[in-house]
Amino acid sequence: MIERRSPVLTYVILTAFLLLVITPFVWMILGSVKTQGELLRVPPTWLPEEPTWDNFRRLFDRPFGHYFRNSTVVAIAVTLGNLIFSSMFGYALAHLTFPFKRVLFVLVLVCLMIPGLVTFIPQYVLVVNMGLANTIPALILPFLVQPFSVFLMRQFFLGLPRELLEAGRIDGVGEVAIFFRIYLPLAGPAFATLGILTFLGSWNNFLWPLVVSSSESTYTLPVALALISTGQNQTDYGLLLAGATLVVLPILLVFLFFQRYFIQGIATSGIK
Amino acid sequence: MTTQSASSAAALPPPSPTGSRGSHRGRGSASRPGRRRGHRAAAEARAGLLLSLPFVVLFGIFIAWPVLQSMFMSFTDMRITDIRSPFAVDFVGLDNYIAAFHDPVFRRAALNTGVFVLVGVPLTIIAGLSAAIALNRGALKLRGLFRMGFYTPVVTSIVAVAVVWRFLLQPENGLVNTVLGWVGIDGPNWLGDERTALLSLIVMAVWRNFGTSMVIFLAGLQAVDRGLHEAAALDGANAWQRFRNITIPSIRPTLLFVLVTTSIGYLQFFEEPFVMTGGGPLNSTISASMYTYNQFGFGNYGMAGAMAYLTFIVIGIVTLAQFRLMREK
Repeated sequence: MIERRSPVLTYVILTAFLLLVITPFVWMILGSVKTQGELLRVPPTWLPEEPTWDNFRRLFDRPFGHYFRNSTVVAIAVTLGNLIFSSMFGYALAHLTFPFKRVLFVLVLVCLMIPGLVTFIPQYVLVVNMGLANTIPALILPFLVQPFSVFLMRQFFLGLPRELLEAGRIDGVGEVAIFFRIYLPLAGPAFATLGILTFLGSWNNFLWPLVVSSSESTYTLPVALALISTGQNQTDYGLLLAGATLVVLPILLVFLFFQRYFIQGIATSGIK
Repeated sequence: MTTQSASSAAALPPPSPTGSRGSHRGRGSASRPGRRRGHRAAAEARAGLLLSLPFVVLFGIFIAWPVLQSMFMSFTDMRITDIRSPFAVDFVGLDNYIAAFHDPVFRRAALNTGVFVLVGVPLTIIAGLSAAIALNRGALKLRGLFRMGFYTPVVTSIVAVAVVWRFLLQPENGLVNTVLGWVGIDGPNWLGDERTALLSLIVMAVWRNFGTSMVIFLAGLQAVDRGLHEAAALDGANAWQRFRNITIPSIRPTLLFVLVTTSIGYLQFFEEPFVMTGGGPLNSTISASMYTYNQFGFGNYGMAGAMAYLTFIVIGIVTLAQFRLMREK
């Protein structure tokens, strides 16, 4: 009785909504291959009349290939760091007894709530004093450890049976080896979720790279895009839309392939 | 898979304390099995510390320490020129905080942030919950497709999205005003007009973020008892009454979670004005976070620290208030 009423109407509303939601992306991709003249036309055109790669060519006249590489290197390093360090710590929190365990866990939980805005100036001062200002390591180091990652890995390892640990001990496997040889190989699904969420967060990260990067050698894609969009190219929409496409498209593709891990990750962090 | 396995196992009773776990309680008993357990407990503690070490060290350096230093900094007159000697600064007490309150731009920024949260959070929750309820209907095909589509804006870079929206909202030939023109409405200069700029940013934020709340609500809606809905429907309760009296109470924890996390996120909104409006026109879209960043740019580190802590304090208060408010019923 509840379900049967007007499924057609539901479809119509959902489809209209869906179009509304994805139109900006369609508009972005179509616009990225239009000429500047066509982009400024009133009224605007839908499909590009004479599709051109010119905007992308102009984009790569600037070191956008380099920015793309910076973004990729940083995102991969941050992702690996989170997988390794958070799974080690998360496992210890889930299954081992050791001194200061509670204090450390509470400390991490508290920092889950602290906005990035609070830490970025001292982090900047620290990085400058370490001689790392405007370097790639400066973009990576502060993000190798994130409270959320530990939280997620701890929850995951709590879900794995403790009997594995006991069995390992009986077989004489060392305590640390139990983690690396027994539990870690089972962490695939959690790694997929955490890896994708971390990669995404790093790829889209903006405030910190904006603060730390001061030259083209260390710009990441979002920073480079933001800087050209507020500079003298403010109204060069062909260039900007091509840039936006370059930032968004890799993530959209990753999302299409791995969407169930994305969505599980969000739901997991939400329920707990 | 993660979700199910983690949550189902988490629902089980915790594993009973084993020998090694309880061993520290048995300290003092010098019997032989006790001593062997002691060895194992020591090995376990060593392993625990070893596995924690890399994370804890990095965490201490790059997160915990900066949090403390930031608080210290907010009570000093630290400026960019003190960057090499961050502790050789003068203590100024609450001066930065007082100055922030007297700064008309900061007050405007706080007001804008308040409006952004008060309007944006309810809209985001309504959009997310509506989408989740629509997708949660019985045998809906293509559910995965819709869910993915609605979630797409969440995964994209805010900077890229801001660039695209600025293009969509252009007064002369932007898509939005073109479509409004079809129905005879002469659309305003959305981002260039003081009266519509903040509103435009709010709409964009709702568009970008409702997918997150939708996914969380979809998970939460699994807790709603369908039988209850059917019984209520038989008793003549209409859809709104059922929503109000069955769905909402069942998803109260989820609702609280979405409310808190969305508010925390919106209280820090930064990229939208930074890329789309630069805080203008006439400071009508400048946010507390953006102004804090500007103070950092001017080199006023102490002041920026104070403003960041003010935002943090407001986040703490709002979160607490929401927990109390939602728990009362």
